Amino acid sequence: MNEITQGFWDAWALILFFDPDLYEIIFLSLRVTVTAVVIASLIGLPIGALLAVNRFRHRRFVIALLNALMGLPPVVVGLFVYMLLSRAGPLGGFGLLFSPSAMIIAQVIIITPLIASISHQTVRDLWANYHDLLISLNTTRAQRISALLWDSRRALLTATLAGFGRAIGEVGAIIIVGGNIDHATRVLTTAIALETGKGNFAFAMGLGMVLIMLAIIVNLLIHNLTKTEQASTW
Amino acid sequence: MVILPLKMVGATAYVRGKRLVGPVDLTLAPEGFTIVIGPNGAGKTTLLRLMHGLQRLSGGSIDWAVSLTEARRKQAYVFQSPIMMRRRVVDCIAYPLLLRGENKKSARAKAKTYAERYGLGHVLQNWAPDLSGGEKQKLSLARALITEPEILFLDEPCANLDGRATREIEAILQKVQDEGNRIVMSTHDLGQARRLAKDVIFMLNGKIHESGEAEEFFSAPQTLEAQAFTNGEIVE
Repeated sequence: MNEITQGFWDAWALILFFDPDLYEIIFLSLRVTVTAVVIASLIGLPIGALLAVNRFRHRRFVIALLNALMGLPPVVVGLFVYMLLSRAGPLGGFGLLFSPSAMIIAQVIIITPLIASISHQTVRDLWANYHDLLISLNTTRAQRISALLWDSRRALLTATLAGFGRAIGEVGAIIIVGGNIDHATRVLTTAIALETGKGNFAFAMGLGMVLIMLAIIVNLLIHNLTKTEQASTW
Repeated sequence: MVILPLKMVGATAYVRGKRLVGPVDLTLAPEGFTIVIGPNGAGKTTLLRLMHGLQRLSGGSIDWAVSLTEARRKQAYVFQSPIMMRRRVVDCIAYPLLLRGENKKSARAKAKTYAERYGLGHVLQNWAPDLSGGEKQKLSLARALITEPEILFLDEPCANLDGRATREIEAILQKVQDEGNRIVMSTHDLGQARRLAKDVIFMLNGKIHESGEAEEFFSAPQTLEAQAFTNGEIVE
């Protein structure tokens, strides 16, 4: 118990005195995760909307598959990306293994199904409401998807935030493809695992606190920025 | 280019093996205010949806005086339950113009004019889903009319409104008709039908049971069912 309390205070000291190692890790974590969330949103949101608006053969199977992929084991994704990017792999020539890019690729694979699945459910509900109006107004498919995505933007932020939450806390895949290299690919989660193993609980605790605070701050920030509909009852 | 007359020949609509409407033979002239009346389930809404292209045609034909693409651009539809986009009133009204490539500034300016014309000037910046029932239906009308359609379909637009809101909507419709717009509207409110109709289509069991000029229809209905309906009796 004494160790935990001591770790807690040491952690605050690291944060408050701007420990350079700690802040390097924080900024890399944010860079990797935010990039992954942006890319995954650009892929996942239109996929979710397309699945909501389009009727095609085996649609149910695709939706079930997408939902199943939400639970994709990160370690397996890590292994898959590792094999792709390793020197003998098909994308080995790019030299991306053990770089932040490799970590971004792994995170994109992990969170895209999550974002697509949540956005599909959100857009599907709105599509049920808008269907007759958008058909009556002679909209093209692209116009429908654009209107649905725009009008459900607030709910879709929940999808991207869920993606952010999953990505920032992810460790299995990025430790495999990033290698947890100091000053190169070390992020919050991989550093916590390493420091805990070394018995450096204060630093691990500091990183853990930052991780939790980051998740809360990002959520608060996004909700604060999207208060456009605040006065509304819906 | 004038998209009317609309000619329906043997038009039929089936949904999951059940016939909802048809066969219907009907010609809509370029002018007038047609009211479609009949009991619940008679096929009024389906008939309107068939004309507008919201309901897939199972048999027969529906032909406009111009190509279908051209015809679709020059018609509008107002739903019984107003569909409100999650946008501000002004943006909801401007939306059809944006779809047609008009720039945002001029679309919003025109939307403002229409909003004021239909009594929504004071709620321009409000969120559409927060409006009252009457305001929502006025918004639907403004959104439908902003593209200056040649024909306006209305599916029981006053069904969920109180007397005052109904009177306001009727006044708007009367004005729209006076400006030369073609209107086809369904209602189960006989009083409203008498007040607005120039001609009447009486539907029963998915078919046009009787049709003709409103004055003639209400003063001397030809069939027993139409007589019973106009007398306020229950017709099934």
